[in-house]
Amino acid sequence: MFWKKKNQSPNIFTVAVGGAAGDGVREAGTNLGRFLTKLGFEVFVSFDYPSLIRGGHNFSRISFSKEKIYNDYSKIDVLIALNDETMHLHKNELNGDAVVFSEKFDAEDLKMFGQNAMLLPMIKTTEELNAPAITRTSVALGAVCYLLDLPFGEIDQILRRVFKEKGYEINVTLAEKGYKHLENLGFRHSRRMEHNGDGGKELADGNTAFAKGLLAAGLDFYIAYPMTPSTSILHYLAKQSRFLKESGKKLFKVIHPENEIAVINMALGAVYAGKRTAIGTAGGGFALMQEAFALAGMSETPIAIAVSQRQAPATGSPTHTAQGDLKFIINSGHGEFPRIVIAPGDPEEAFKAGADALNLTWKYQVPAIVLLDKHLSENSSTSILDISKIAVEKGKVAKNISGGYKRYQITEDGVSEMAFPGTAGAVIKATSYEHTEEGISTEDPKLVKAMGDKRFSKLKQLEKEFSKYDTVKVYGDPKSKNVIVFWGSTKGAVLEAGKYLKKQPKFLQILWMSPFDSEKVTENLKDAKNIIIVENNRTGQLASVIREKTGINIENKILKYDSLPFEVIELAKQLNEIL
Amino acid sequence: MENLATNAKITWCPGCPNSAILVAFRKLVEELRNEGRLKLENLVAVGGIGCHGKITDYLNINTFTSLHGRLLPTMQGIKIANPNLQVVGFSGDGDSYSEGAEHLIHAAKRNSDVNLFIHDNQVFALTTGQATATSPKGFKGKSTPSGSIEEPFNPLLLMLASGATFVARTYAGDIEGTKKIMRQAIEHKGFSFMDIIQPCITFYDTRDFYKDHTYWIDKKYPSQKLETAIKKVTAQEEKIALGVFYKVEKPTFEESLYA
Repeated sequence: MFWKKKNQSPNIFTVAVGGAAGDGVREAGTNLGRFLTKLGFEVFVSFDYPSLIRGGHNFSRISFSKEKIYNDYSKIDVLIALNDETMHLHKNELNGDAVVFSEKFDAEDLKMFGQNAMLLPMIKTTEELNAPAITRTSVALGAVCYLLDLPFGEIDQILRRVFKEKGYEINVTLAEKGYKHLENLGFRHSRRMEHNGDGGKELADGNTAFAKGLLAAGLDFYIAYPMTPSTSILHYLAKQSRFLKESGKKLFKVIHPENEIAVINMALGAVYAGKRTAIGTAGGGFALMQEAFALAGMSETPIAIAVSQRQAPATGSPTHTAQGDLKFIINSGHGEFPRIVIAPGDPEEAFKAGADALNLTWKYQVPAIVLLDKHLSENSSTSILDISKIAVEKGKVAKNISGGYKRYQITEDGVSEMAFPGTAGAVIKATSYEHTEEGISTEDPKLVKAMGDKRFSKLKQLEKEFSKYDTVKVYGDPKSKNVIVFWGSTKGAVLEAGKYLKKQPKFLQILWMSPFDSEKVTENLKDAKNIIIVENNRTGQLASVIREKTGINIENKILKYDSLPFEVIELAKQLNEIL
Repeated sequence: MENLATNAKITWCPGCPNSAILVAFRKLVEELRNEGRLKLENLVAVGGIGCHGKITDYLNINTFTSLHGRLLPTMQGIKIANPNLQVVGFSGDGDSYSEGAEHLIHAAKRNSDVNLFIHDNQVFALTTGQATATSPKGFKGKSTPSGSIEEPFNPLLLMLASGATFVARTYAGDIEGTKKIMRQAIEHKGFSFMDIIQPCITFYDTRDFYKDHTYWIDKKYPSQKLETAIKKVTAQEEKIALGVFYKVEKPTFEESLYA
């Protein structure tokens, strides 16, 4: 496991890049993250930015190690400052011997950073090579390689793989210039970091991983209106759709309609006509979709929905993270109807959740939500997304219709056969009204009850399948009486903080929020002496759900609701105080 | 024609012109089938919510009864999923001019190849009589007991401005006329918009007025000139003009999507 003995700190290195919006900070972080992943490191890349296009402070942090790394760190070993503001904003986050790269230092900067200030001619180098200014971060990437004492010959090939999409030659040349600049000056190395051989892993963010899961499960349509932090699902799939079209592979379509209400209603139409469809939005966009979400429930139309949380209420702090929508999501839509809600904690789980959501919604004709958040959606880590493990489950689709088709036929498991328009002999009626088995409106109280029972009976069937899924996950010492409970992206900070705890606890991650695996949660909590819950919200929403579903009251809550994710070392301290 | 009816009991007020629209549509479907132009399984009717929306219960064909104001996105979803389907939508003035107006604009802009028939009775009838976007100024409804203080908007002008490629108006009382224009709408490739004047006999009975105050437009129409169509739908005339005002060919959304 990942617990270290006392006094043996994990060997983790953190590089940070800061600059103005438009400087290419995100790309720099991602490129370095991909490079380190291909080199064989375990990596976590975060990206923090304000809600504007140009000028605001953008910041990316890349923490890496030989061992699995669950979250980035706030203490920095190398700071790449693309502007002065970056140096001043982050001067207090530097480790003792941290190197600061900048285009220029004034007298005061030099006094502050001393020997650690390293003048790096990034813009000047791009100008000499007639390269666009945005590529200047490649000079810094090369310089970081030098600090890590990686032989340039060894890294050249990997750099070529990282940059293959966008003119690798110039970027590789720039990196080499950065590397040689430090080498020629005889600058000190920081420290050597051990890494694994290239294990074929990839650097994936939560949104891309989720989207890949949808594709693996046979996605036909993705329909969305842009809203941070869900937008990159739309961008990724739109790009993939275009790419697949050009290569003549199976087509899926991406559509961006007029608003979120159109998104979900259009999606329900596409599903009614037979297409496996997913949509994505953030909390505010999903608030707009509520009526149609209930329509999905009433009409038993399969739909997979990504909701990525951001700080709220209302517009909130739109580019920052929170876990404030859990209770909204599990209770969303007016009226009572079942829904599936899965909250993955890292990109690998987001990949699986995307595939499971699409398969399960078709299997049970119950809407399925994957609940993400900004910290998971937009940050990346070294992952294995194994498409070969995903099957496409089509659900009950009528093959032969011999008259008398009933869209809402009451069956033992509650699931009726689907048929799609264009099927000779079938009259397919979907509706938002309470309805007969044929799909004609009814106000007969007996039928109203029977149809409500039918819809909910599907949940019972689904609950029988709990064992096939990771409804919860347990890490650490399964016998420990100290249990730390968490959900979603908080998994990263909690498990990373686990490397610094004085006692090895049991960690309980809850993934399935609806239906809720009360039995397994109870089993994991009933003998605990000390339960601590960690959530990125103000009210302890998961604690409240656990109490509702199991009767277990969790009093120790570590809650953070300042729009930032948990910080590893700070969280470890807080946990150690209670453990 | 009987196999186009379900066993659902018709709950429109006796004499409601909604029934005339239902008859016109059923007759048209029967004709198109007899002519071999339509396979019933390829027809989908989508309804909004309002008195008009009950029509889906009365049609023994594929239907999707959507939400109030939201049928257009649903219709377009069906069409993009399977462009071989013939998608028609039955909506109302409250449904598409009040609640769901944004979808109207964008469906027209996209030129999605679907057909929208608006049962325009100038009143919210199912909720027992309030002013909609096409109720006249001064309309005394239950939410405007002193008379509506808002001017209505002109849905045909809105559709022309938004890029609809087929814009028409008929009167529900004229079943043959309505059927004829419905046929043209369905045969038109692109977004077909048809406002059907449908007096509400309970909450806003305009039958006497419309009986003598409509006329069919002449052979100059449908015009391919937007300017001409705009002039016609904004003209202050003693009688209300019926017919197809505008019809042009443009690539449809689905054609472009699958190109």
